[in-house]
Amino acid sequence: MHEMSLCEGVLQVLETEARRQGFSRVRQVWLEIGQLAGVETEAMRFCFDAVMKGSLADRARLNIVETPGQAWCMICAKTVPVRQRFDACPDCGSHQLQVTAGDQMKIKELEVE
Amino acid sequence: MCTVCGCGEGETRIEGQDHEHEPHHPHEPDHGHHHDYGQGPAHAHAPGISQARMVQIEQDILGKNDEYARANRQRFARDGMLVLNLVSSPGSGKTSLLTATLQALKDEMPLAVIEGDQQTRNDAERIRATGVPALQINTGKGCHLDAHQVGHAVDHLAPQPGTLLFIENVGNLVCPAAFDLGEAHKIAILSVTEGEDKPIKYPDMFAAADLLLISKTDLMPHLDFDLERCIDYALQVNPGVQILSLSAQSGEGMSDWLDWLRLARQSRMIGWRDRPVARESA
Repeated sequence: MHEMSLCEGVLQVLETEARRQGFSRVRQVWLEIGQLAGVETEAMRFCFDAVMKGSLADRARLNIVETPGQAWCMICAKTVPVRQRFDACPDCGSHQLQVTAGDQMKIKELEVE
Repeated sequence: MCTVCGCGEGETRIEGQDHEHEPHHPHEPDHGHHHDYGQGPAHAHAPGISQARMVQIEQDILGKNDEYARANRQRFARDGMLVLNLVSSPGSGKTSLLTATLQALKDEMPLAVIEGDQQTRNDAERIRATGVPALQINTGKGCHLDAHQVGHAVDHLAPQPGTLLFIENVGNLVCPAAFDLGEAHKIAILSVTEGEDKPIKYPDMFAAADLLLISKTDLMPHLDFDLERCIDYALQVNPGVQILSLSAQSGEGMSDWLDWLRLARQSRMIGWRDRPVARESA
C-alpha cells in the first residue's frame, strides 16, 4: 500500500507548485505511471481521493496515463518491449535486459485555477 | 507536524523523540468525483479572464523523497559512512543475521543500526544488546522507511565519521523498493524457508538490490528449496546482482559476507581520509 505515500508525495508537489506558480485550487491532475513502476492504478485512485480531501486538490479528477515498459537487450543491442521485470527478450529469449522505460512515476500536467 | 522541516509524517515515531503525529488525512467514505466548480470567479483577479489554466510540471512523484535521499547521501559521503539498506520479507532472519554480523565486526570499525518496524522497539533492543548503538523508527501503518525519516534518525544517532550504518527496513518485499534512503546499496535477504521463486514473485525488490543474501542455509536439509533455481530466478530479474548464501546460525558463508562488508567499507574510505573535513573530525 505505498500508493498512499505516493499520493502524499503528489500533494506535496501540488502545494509547492501552488506557491511557486500562484494557484490556489487544482481541478485535474495527470500522472504518468510506467507499467514497471510497481503501482496499482486502482489503489492509486482510491488513495488519491482520500489524501486530497480537504486540500487544494479536494475532489480533483485524477487522470493516469500508463506508459509501456521497455528494455535494452544486450544480446540483440536494441530496445524491446517488456511487460514484467523478469520477461525475456521477445526476439532472442535472453534475460540480459536493462529496463530503459516504464519504471517512472511522474506528475505531467495540472489544470488549476 | 514535524518540528524540523514542517512536513506531516502520518504516524511515524522515532524513538527518543516525543512529537507524535496524528494522521493528517481522515479517511471518509466519499470517493465519488464531483465537479461543481460553479462558484464564480473566486480567485481570478481580473474580471473576464478564465479561472482555469493548464500547468506543465513534469515532476517525479517521489521527487521530495529523492531530495531527502540526496541530502542523506551527501552527508554520508562527507562523513565517510557506508550505509546499507537491508530489505526482505518479515521473518527472513534479518535481525539475527545483523546481530551475528555486528558481533563479528564491532572491534574492527564503528557500527550503527537504524531499525524500521511498524510497531515495538524489540529489534533495536536486540541490536543494543550487542553493544552497538541502534535507533528504532516505528512507521505506524507505514509499510516502508523513507529518506526523511532516515535523515532524522541519523541526526538522533549522531554516528561518528567512518561508521558502517545498517538500515533494517520494514519487512516487506514491495514498497521499500521504491524509496531511496540515500544508501550505497540495497541488500535483499531471502531465507530458504520462503521458496525459490520469490525473486520473480517480487521482481522490483530483487531488481533494486546490488547484493542478494540467501539466508538460513543450515535448514536446507529439511526443505525442498532449490538453490540453483533461486539463483537463476534472481539473475533473470537482475543480471548484475551479486549472490551469497549463508547461515547466521551455523556460520556457513559468513566469512564471505564479512569480507564483502570490509571491502565495501574500505573502498568507501579510500580518498576520504585526505579530505579536510575528514581530518578535522577524525
